[in-house]
Amino acid sequence: MAKDILRKPGGFMDTFVYKPGQDKGNTHYCPGCGHGILHKLIAEALVDLGVVDRTIMVSPVGCSVFVYYYFATGNIQVAHGRAPAVATGLKRSNPDSIVISYQGDGDLAAIGGNNILHAANRGENITVFFVNNAIYGMTGGQMAPTTLLGQKTMTSPYGRKIENEGYPMKVVELLSTLSAPAYLERTSLDDSKNIAKTRKAVRKAIQCQIDGKGFSLVEVLSMCPSQWKTTPVESKKWIKERMIPYYPLGVKKDVIEERAGYFPPKIDIDDESIKEMLGLKKEKLFRDRAMSDVPEKYRNPQIKIAGFGGQGVLLLGQTLAEAGMRHGWNVSWIPSYGPEMRGGTANCQVNISEGPIGSPVVDFPTILVALNKPSLDKFEETVQPGGVVFYNTSMIDRKPKRNDIEAIGLPFSDIADELGSLKFANMVVVGAVLEKTKLIDMDIVKDALKEVIHNKKFVETNIVAIDRGAKAV
Amino acid sequence: MSKELIKGNEAIIKGALLAGAKCYFGYPITPASEIAHAAAFYFPAIGRTFLQAESEIAAIQMCYGAAGTGVRCLTASSGPGISLKQEGISYSAGSELPIVIADIMRGGPGLGNIAPEQSDYNQVVKGGGHGNYKCLVLAPNCGQEMCDLTILAFDLADKYRTPVYILTDGFIGQMMESVEFPQPLKIDQSHKAEWAIMGNKETKHNLINSIYLEAEELEEHNIKLQRKYAEMEKNEVRFQTYKTEDAEIIVSGYGIVSRVLKSAVDVLRKQGIKAGLMRPITLFPFPKNEYAKFAAKVDNIFVCELSNGQMVDDVRLAVGKAKAKIHFYGRMGGVVPTVAELVEKITEIVKG
Amino acid sequence: MPKIVVQIDHCKGCGLCIDACPQQCIEEDSEVLNKLGYHPAKYKGQGCTGCGFCFYTCPEPDAIIVYKKDEEAK
Repeated sequence: MAKDILRKPGGFMDTFVYKPGQDKGNTHYCPGCGHGILHKLIAEALVDLGVVDRTIMVSPVGCSVFVYYYFATGNIQVAHGRAPAVATGLKRSNPDSIVISYQGDGDLAAIGGNNILHAANRGENITVFFVNNAIYGMTGGQMAPTTLLGQKTMTSPYGRKIENEGYPMKVVELLSTLSAPAYLERTSLDDSKNIAKTRKAVRKAIQCQIDGKGFSLVEVLSMCPSQWKTTPVESKKWIKERMIPYYPLGVKKDVIEERAGYFPPKIDIDDESIKEMLGLKKEKLFRDRAMSDVPEKYRNPQIKIAGFGGQGVLLLGQTLAEAGMRHGWNVSWIPSYGPEMRGGTANCQVNISEGPIGSPVVDFPTILVALNKPSLDKFEETVQPGGVVFYNTSMIDRKPKRNDIEAIGLPFSDIADELGSLKFANMVVVGAVLEKTKLIDMDIVKDALKEVIHNKKFVETNIVAIDRGAKAV
Repeated sequence: MSKELIKGNEAIIKGALLAGAKCYFGYPITPASEIAHAAAFYFPAIGRTFLQAESEIAAIQMCYGAAGTGVRCLTASSGPGISLKQEGISYSAGSELPIVIADIMRGGPGLGNIAPEQSDYNQVVKGGGHGNYKCLVLAPNCGQEMCDLTILAFDLADKYRTPVYILTDGFIGQMMESVEFPQPLKIDQSHKAEWAIMGNKETKHNLINSIYLEAEELEEHNIKLQRKYAEMEKNEVRFQTYKTEDAEIIVSGYGIVSRVLKSAVDVLRKQGIKAGLMRPITLFPFPKNEYAKFAAKVDNIFVCELSNGQMVDDVRLAVGKAKAKIHFYGRMGGVVPTVAELVEKITEIVKG
Repeated sequence: MPKIVVQIDHCKGCGLCIDACPQQCIEEDSEVLNKLGYHPAKYKGQGCTGCGFCFYTCPEPDAIIVYKKDEEAK
């Protein structure tokens, strides 16, 4: 679109109100700095593309940390190198906005290398302008990942060496190996022809985002006369003679045309459906019951369940806890965790209590379920006097030694095997424990099974297993 | 009835969704991963955002971005990941962004292990990153509070425009308990963020920023932050006591330790020792006054932590030169003390 | 006729516009020291074709204005 007059584009603020000091009309950049040129191209593009109000500029650390002084857009200032991650959060939470990350070479290629790589790889629908001037400007002229071989900086005073710092990093080529990015180009600000190409690239990159085509990045070779210790005019020559031969200009990737635009669907779900999806509206069988209905010695049990991994120890505990909750009692379930995991046994601890549960740790159980011999060996001594031990005679060839406890030995594994799988042993135990202790109503525990067993086709067989266990006691 | 048997970690996500959280950004780490699993399951199903970030550093920065647009968002991790997030948390405190962060503590230092410790207290309660800031810290000790305090965390984060932590140990995160959801169930959509940048004309003049170049200006910003923290100290102190009225010794701890201590109090009372439990729910603001009151009344305060003694420093500061003697007992590496063990330690103190 | 206007107190005297002008119709004004402390660029008064190269190579938002009315016909 041809204009009669070229002047400060409307993408800039009228007055740079956030800029400290008297001068609120000029940039903070040094004379001849490429940032200002690129700023102007962006400010113009935002107006011409009609997205000034929708745009959020992300300014991370570097000379361009003060990008927020200039643009008449939403502005967010962020940590060094993290702009692509912040931009991701901005865009994902607010997909209608146009998010532009403006980064220098230290920021993007060094400290933020991981962040840019992954934002590109996810194909975030954001636009990145990457200013490559082969040096750290803001912090005083240190070496960047893009500093050229032999180039002298404050931290490479003898010139960058392959042996010490490796080769200068070619960011757009690197990113072009990824499948997700839509548009990657390297341009330069060294002469008017290349500035015109940069202008086109800036527009294309923003349009790419507007159209929902995904990640776009333009690497702009830019001058830093101050840190290069050259005049602005000499620095243009330096780009042409030194940088461009190493960093060839041009489009490195462009799949904009062949790609359909993607706009995340706006899902509008009413509260009731959300609660449904959260599982907060399930029909469950609840029946309040007084603990006094349970035989005295089995009231408020502290249960430890132990066996080999794979014997369904954790699920057994969860079933009891879920069912106990349905009677209106307080329950807790904790898997073997931390140092307790040593010694070849898996175990879990369950409390079912009419009153509030203090410590959920069951060091001294009133009910012990031992599904294998190591479990009986390890935990028999810890059972409280007067407690009860359910032990699996299919796998344990001895009786409990103590005579101050109640011992109930049943061939849980053999019974399960008859039902078609050793995996049902845990539910055989549930049946036996509940039949013996009268702790939980059978219809409640069967309803609770539907909650704890994720594969619904096994619910029926597990119910049979409970019945068999109950009958076996 | 809206009652469920769920892990503490999952309760955080259900609480967050009821609080109207729109985005979750996280990175896998034991023992916090179930939080990410639940978020990955529920968030996209109801049109909200779940994204596994490339790093803990990125996850908190994604929250920085999302919070900047005014939506409620959260992340979760454990010690090693929280250390990495400190950069973003400092920036969020500086830019005054409301973000909820859950820290399900594990054993350290370094890789440590995945067993429950409480050794992140200092890095969470004392600021943790660079700069003069503090985060509000809530310390749940049961599944129900994992849900309830998460909902509260979002309200407080918005109220004070500040990052808020849910700080607990792996034990509480991994444990399943019954959680009752608030009745009537409602999903909070009411919060407003007039300061946010939403990509429109109305909000584009807002600025999210933590740079203040001029020394006086930055000092002013810092003073404003300190006023905010003072406000929190005035309004947001939360704690719970158990049988403290006639107590001759106060025992204190948070997270799983407070549960073991509560049982110990019952055992001690049966043995004729009048013990009472003081359990802080907010670690910042710390219930200083309450400890000071107890310290004037009793001879001994017993503090137990799964650490080398981090919260106990705050107890000592709160108590100052009051008459009570502060006793510390810590277990590390993931060892959770038994009720009997604590009863013995406390009895030793009382019997002198 | 097309012309450029240099807003003197916005110019940092970097010389990029002088170098970029194909008509060589911009020069440094060594007579003037502006508020920023630079010798600003100055339009020689004739020769401008309104190509806009100076505008786009100028790093300052408000230092150069190009009036290219006559260029429009092309």
